[in-house]
Amino acid sequence: MTDQTMVLSGKPQTWTRARTGWALFALACVLAAGNAVLPAGLVRPPEWLVLPFADWINAIFNFLRDDLGLIYLTRAFADGVEWLLDVTANLLYGKNRWPRVGPIPWTVIASIGFVIGYALQGWRLSLLTGGTFVWIAVMGQWKWAMETLSVIVVAAPFSILFGLLMGILAWRSKNFERILNPILNIAQSLPHFAYMIPVVVFIGVGPKAGAIVTIIFSVPPMIRMSLLGLRKVPHEVIESGHMCGSTRWQLLRHVRIPTARTEILVGVNQVIMQCLAMVVLASFIGMPGLGQKLLQLLQALKIGRSVEIGITIVLLAVMLDRCTKAWATKQPEHFDKGISFAVRNKFLLIAAGLSLACFVLAQFIPLMDQIGRREAFTISKPIDAVADWFIVLIDPVTQWLRWFLITWVLIPIRDAFLWMPYAAVLTLLAAAGWAIGGLRSALVCVAFFGLIAMSGWWDRAMITVYTVVVAVSIATVLGFPLGIWGSFHEKRAAIALLICDTLQTFPSFIYLIPVVMLFGVNDVAVIGAVVLFAAVPLVRYTIEGLRQVPETLIEAADMSGATRMQTLWKVRLPMALPTIMVGVNQSVMFSLFMVIIAAFIGTQDLGQEMQRALSSTDVGKGLVLGLAVAFMGLMVDHLVSTWAKTKKDALGLE
Amino acid sequence: MTAATPVISCKNVWKLFGAQPEQYLKSLTGNPGFDEIRQAGYIAAVRDVSLDIAKGEMLVIMGLSGSGKSTFVRCLSRLIDITGGEVRVEGQNIGEMSEKELIGLRRNKMGMVFQSFGLLPHRTVLDNVAFPLEMRGQDRHARRARALEVIELVGLSGREDYFPRELSGGQQQRVGIARSLAIEPDIWFLDEPFSALDPLIRREMQDEFLRLQEMLGKTIVFITHDFDEALRLADRIAIMKDGVVEQCDTPDQIVLNPATEYVAKFTEEIEKSRVVHAGVLAREVNGHSLTGTPIGENQTISELARLLVNDNRDFLPVANTAGSLIGAMNRQEALDVLLGEPS
Repeated sequence: MTDQTMVLSGKPQTWTRARTGWALFALACVLAAGNAVLPAGLVRPPEWLVLPFADWINAIFNFLRDDLGLIYLTRAFADGVEWLLDVTANLLYGKNRWPRVGPIPWTVIASIGFVIGYALQGWRLSLLTGGTFVWIAVMGQWKWAMETLSVIVVAAPFSILFGLLMGILAWRSKNFERILNPILNIAQSLPHFAYMIPVVVFIGVGPKAGAIVTIIFSVPPMIRMSLLGLRKVPHEVIESGHMCGSTRWQLLRHVRIPTARTEILVGVNQVIMQCLAMVVLASFIGMPGLGQKLLQLLQALKIGRSVEIGITIVLLAVMLDRCTKAWATKQPEHFDKGISFAVRNKFLLIAAGLSLACFVLAQFIPLMDQIGRREAFTISKPIDAVADWFIVLIDPVTQWLRWFLITWVLIPIRDAFLWMPYAAVLTLLAAAGWAIGGLRSALVCVAFFGLIAMSGWWDRAMITVYTVVVAVSIATVLGFPLGIWGSFHEKRAAIALLICDTLQTFPSFIYLIPVVMLFGVNDVAVIGAVVLFAAVPLVRYTIEGLRQVPETLIEAADMSGATRMQTLWKVRLPMALPTIMVGVNQSVMFSLFMVIIAAFIGTQDLGQEMQRALSSTDVGKGLVLGLAVAFMGLMVDHLVSTWAKTKKDALGLE
Repeated sequence: MTAATPVISCKNVWKLFGAQPEQYLKSLTGNPGFDEIRQAGYIAAVRDVSLDIAKGEMLVIMGLSGSGKSTFVRCLSRLIDITGGEVRVEGQNIGEMSEKELIGLRRNKMGMVFQSFGLLPHRTVLDNVAFPLEMRGQDRHARRARALEVIELVGLSGREDYFPRELSGGQQQRVGIARSLAIEPDIWFLDEPFSALDPLIRREMQDEFLRLQEMLGKTIVFITHDFDEALRLADRIAIMKDGVVEQCDTPDQIVLNPATEYVAKFTEEIEKSRVVHAGVLAREVNGHSLTGTPIGENQTISELARLLVNDNRDFLPVANTAGSLIGAMNRQEALDVLLGEPS
C-alpha cells in the first residue's frame, strides 16, 4: 500500500510512514486523554479477550509427560547426567560416590590452573587462573566453588556437543534452520526462570536439575556460532577440499569444522559463560554451590561474606572467559625439526610433575590437601566495617535519593504506566512501528503486546515495562556521556572497552550485591541493579561506534574547519548511531533479564509472579510469563534492528 | 598441437544463475546478449562455449573480473553444475557421473590451484600437501614420502612443519601448487594462481611454473586477468567477455589478427614484436631466392630486431628446430611488426 502511495504521490516513502506514525500517535494521545470516558473494554483487556494460555500449556505438558511418557525419557537422561555429576562431585569435592578417590587436593587443581594459563597466553593468565583457585581455597570456599564447577564440567560438554550437532543440521537443511531460528530467538530472550519451571516439573530439584537447566540454557549461542562458523569457511577452501576428492563426510570432518575452529571455540566460550550465569541462578531450584551461598547471605544482608563470594564468582567468570578466549584465538605454531618429545610436550609434563608433587605433599601436609573453615582466611570483617562506614557516610544521600526517586519519580511514572488504557499503549506501539518499518513493523509490535494483553497479565507487564523504561533511561543518561568521554582517546577507549567486557562476563546476580548494600531491599535497589547492568552495553557500544567512524571522514571534517564538538555532533554521532542502537537493544534485553532476577529482592511485576510459579511448579503460568517478557524483548529488538538497518543502508555502511 | 582425442572437450556449455535457469535456457532462441538475459533476471556466467583442450596443451583463459572465466573453469571440474551443453573429460561426460565417480576422477586425474590458496589453516605444510592422498586413503608412510617429494619439487624443503599463516603469500601458493600435484594429476587447473601475489614474486612464480611445466608436461587450464601473463605462458589463449569466448588462438595470432574489437583493445598496448615468432611470419618460399643463414622459427621478432634492421635481404629463410627450412619471412612485414604499421 505504501509502495503505491509512493508511486502515485511521487514522494519518498519515509515521509508517508512518518506521517502515518504521527497520526497513530495522535490517536493514542486521544485514547489516553479520554481514559475516563472510554468503555472498560478499551482500558483493560476485557475478559473474553484473555485466553487461558497457561491451561493450554499445562495440558500440553501433562500430555507430554504422562500420556507420551516423556518423563521416563527425561528421568533416564537425568539419571545419566546424575551419574556423571557424581563422578565429578567425588573428584572435585569428595562426595561419597564412585570412583571414591576424591577429593583432589586443591593444590593439584591450582597448579594445573597455573600451567594451563601459562600455556594458553603467558604469565598474566597463569596468575589469574592459578590465583583464582588459590583465592578460593584460602577463603575457605573450596567446596561451594567445586559444587558449582562440577556442574559446569558436566553441563558444558553436553551443550557444546548438542549445539554443534544442531548447528551442523541447521547448516545442512535450510528448512531446519527456518524452524530453528524463531525458536532460538525466543529462547535467547526468555528469562532464566522460565527455563527452570519445566525442568523442575520433569526432573525435580537439586544438582541434576541445575545441570540440565544449565545445559538447555547454554545451547542456543553454540548453535548460532557453529552455524556462523560453518557459513564463514572460505569458498576456495571448500572447493580445494572438493578438488582433493573429499567425500561429504571427509569435507565436514577435515575441512569445514577445523576451518571454523575459531567461531566454534567462541561458541564454547559463550556456552561456558552462560553455564556459569545459570548455575549461579540455579540455586533457586536447589542447586548447591556458590549461588546458593550468595543467595542466603544476601537475604540475610551479610554484606562482607557476600562480597567474598561475589569476588569468587567474578574471578571464576573472568578466568573462564579469558582462558576460553585465549584458546579460541591461539593459532597453531610449528616446532623446529629435531625438537625432543619433552620440549614439544613441556606443558603436559610440567603439569603432570607439579600435580604429582602436590599430590604427594598433600599426603603429609593437610593444608595442601584441604583448607577447612577454621584455617581459612576471611576479609568479611574489614569489608563489613568499610561498608558500614561508607553506608553511614553516604546515608543522607542514599536516604534522600531513595525518598526522591520513590516519591517523585518511580511512583508517579509507575502510576502513569498503570493508568494508560491498554488500547492507547497498543496504538502508541503501532505508531512507533509504523514510523520505523511501515505496516509490517506496526503489526509485529501490536501482535507481541496484543498477546501480552491476552495473557491476562497486563498490569504486571506494565510494571515490568515501567521498570525497564526508567532503568534504561537512567542508564542512557549516565552511560551515553560516559561512552562519548571514553571514546575521545584511543588508550582510554581501550581501557574502557576492557572494563566493559569484563563487567559483561559477570553473572547478573553479582550486580545485586552493591545495590542491596547501598539501598537495602526495595524498588530503588532493583532499579539500581538494572541500571548498572544495562549501562555496560550502552557504554561499550557507544565507544565502539564512535571509534569505528572512518578516519578519513574525521580528517575531512577537520579540514573543513570543524571544532571537536562539531565533529562529534555532525560527523561522529550520526555515523555511530546504528552501532549505538545495538547497545540500546542489548541494554533493554539485559534490563529485562535483570528485572526478573531482581524479583527476589521484592518487585511486583512479572518476575514476582514467575517466582510464585516456580515455587508452585506451575509450568503454564511460568511459560506464559516468560513469553510475555520474551515478547517485550523481541519487539524492541525488531524495532531497533529495523531502524538500524534502514539507517545503515542510508549511510551506506555494510 | 592437436592430438587425436582432446583431453577436455566442451560443447555449447552454458551456465546461468537465477531462479529456474534450465527452463529459461530451453526457452531461449537464437543467441541473446548478456544484457538481454539480465533483463530476464538471469546472470549469464558462461554462454555457449565450445572448446577442445589437447593433451599436454596449456590453455590460458583470459578475461577481466566478471567475464565468467572462473565459473567456466569450475564447470570443467564440475565444482559447478552446468546449465546446458556437455563437458567431456577423456571422453567421459562428467555431467552424468555419479558423486562417487566424480570423486574418483578428482582423486586420480585432476589438480587445482586457487587464487587465495585455499589452504587448510589447521594443517602443517606437510599435512596440507598430503591431504588429497589422505582423502583417497593412502597409508601414512606413502603419503609422507610423496608429500616430501612434491614439497621439494616446489622448493619448500625444510618448511614441512610450518602452518600456512607462518608463510609468505608466495610460499603459501607453492604449498597450493604442491598439493595440487601430489596425486600426479593429468589435468591441472590453475585459477588466477599468482593474482594475489606482488609483481616481483609473481614473475618469479611464473618462471617456476614454466620450469615445472617443462618437467611435467601436464594438460593445463590456466586462468588469469593479466594479458602479459597469458602471452608469456600460453600455447593458446581464450579471451572471455560476458561469458562468451571472443577468440581462442595462439598468442601470435591474437596479436596479429584480433578477431573482435574487444580483443583488439587488449592487443593495442602490447609490444607485438615480443610475442610474434618468426615461424608465424614464414610464408611459402614461392621461388624467392634465399641466401644466408636461416633464422629459428622460435625466435621472436624483437629478438631478431638488430638483424632485421641491419640485414639487406628482402626475404629471410626460416628453419625449424631440427634445422630444415620451413619458409621465408618477408623482412618488410617483420619490420612492420617491430615498428608498427607505417601510417
